[in-house]
Amino acid sequence: MKPFAFARPGSVAEAVREVSAEPNAVFLGGGTNLVDHLKLGVARPDLVVDVRTLTSRETTDTADGGLLVGAAVSNSELAADRRVREHYPVLAQALLAGANGQLRNLATVGGNPLQRTRCVYFQDVTTACNKREPGSGCAAVGGYTRYHAVLGVPAALPDATAADTCIATHPSDMAVALAALDAVVHVLGPQGARTLPFRELHRLPGDDPSRDTVLGHGDLVTAIELPPLPMAARSTYRKVRDRASYAFALVSVAAALDVDGDTVRDVRLALGGVAHVPWRATRAEEVLRGGPATEHAFRAAAEAELAAAQPQPGVDGGNGFKIPLLTRTITATLRDLTEGATS
Amino acid sequence: MDADIRLTVDGELHELTVDTRTTLLDLLRERLGNTSPKKGCDHGQCGACTVILDGERALLCLALAVAHDGAEITTANGLAPEGELHPVQQAFLDHDAFQCGYCTPGQVCSAVGLLSEVDRGWPSHATADLTSDPELSDAEVSERMSGNLCRCAAYATITPAVQQAGGAR
Repeated sequence: MKPFAFARPGSVAEAVREVSAEPNAVFLGGGTNLVDHLKLGVARPDLVVDVRTLTSRETTDTADGGLLVGAAVSNSELAADRRVREHYPVLAQALLAGANGQLRNLATVGGNPLQRTRCVYFQDVTTACNKREPGSGCAAVGGYTRYHAVLGVPAALPDATAADTCIATHPSDMAVALAALDAVVHVLGPQGARTLPFRELHRLPGDDPSRDTVLGHGDLVTAIELPPLPMAARSTYRKVRDRASYAFALVSVAAALDVDGDTVRDVRLALGGVAHVPWRATRAEEVLRGGPATEHAFRAAAEAELAAAQPQPGVDGGNGFKIPLLTRTITATLRDLTEGATS
Repeated sequence: MDADIRLTVDGELHELTVDTRTTLLDLLRERLGNTSPKKGCDHGQCGACTVILDGERALLCLALAVAHDGAEITTANGLAPEGELHPVQQAFLDHDAFQCGYCTPGQVCSAVGLLSEVDRGWPSHATADLTSDPELSDAEVSERMSGNLCRCAAYATITPAVQQAGGAR
């Protein structure tokens, strides 16, 4: 492991100043992803600034009826919070579907959405990866693509040697729920405090796959805000994976559904394991709103969302299976929420 | 680069100067001679290094020592007074819940942690009704122990051992 200096400043403002002043500095939260990357040589910082004990470890009620979750709240604590379990079950379920008990106790709400992809090529410093080493190409193209993207990728097959190629997926379960819930990210940066919609936090690879989010150097996530969303009381997270527990998603669906009789009054839908970002399924939502709450309509909405999906070939058979799998998972998840409404 | 830290491990206070790159796992095993937490994968995947860190079960291999200045750690060695067994350890013996034993200190600490979590009403992926308090069903124990791998596959005896210890609380 490359040597690094370590600092634990006295305040978040000081932490932001310290990271801003050192181009090769990083923030340390729970460390479950960063410490592994230090060992693998994926992350090679000169300065590590520990913020785990600086940001808030409280979840407080907001004036408008939502919740403000401090960045240092652990994934376990948030999943166990009775307010989350009652009013935002999709979030509690997503948290509990991720990692295992020991990791959830270390992992923080501020750090979880900023974890890096589990693309095996990104994590292997001997292979080409534009995200880890900009301009080196993408070894995932035509490789093992079972865990890779089908949405938000170019219609043409990607070029393994191009500097902008990246077919990685975002690994967080929690982030999929936060995208569905229209969460708000509280950021303290070199220019002061600001908020941004969670759905705008992550970015597609574009011309720079090395950047996972829109955050700049020195920007620190201090809290995640959950706006009030009464329909989220009827919400759920469904994760499909290679093992029953402790595995990343092949596909996942976060959904909240508001049904009036046989009609969909409102819906929130986000997908995991299929794109460089937690994927908010806005096309499917448009198709569903005001339409019938039937399995046929749910399937049509899923198909509309996935019309632009691009399966990636691979030595493992590729990931084309994700498209029918996702269609079925979206349909079943919405159907289950409908059945919950009438029981 | 070095840093000074204080750590309490199994009730004993240590004042140490550590390289900033040192994990708590390497510190305990290589510096303090406490080989109860095991180095299985060293990447947070196997659970062999599970301990109780500041009251909750956690992995030592992904914890930088310098980031846990002042921490209190209980390893499987320190769960019970010298010469005695913790109820979870006794339950593992009663149910023959191991073969080679390499993963056992991590399994035991994980079980101690999960019983505390269940006591506080924490749900899991296996909890059907999130608004209820969880019970120690087979599915709940399996799900909550999923972060502890056993290559001898003693899972079928680990689950009842955890349930026995849970019932004895």
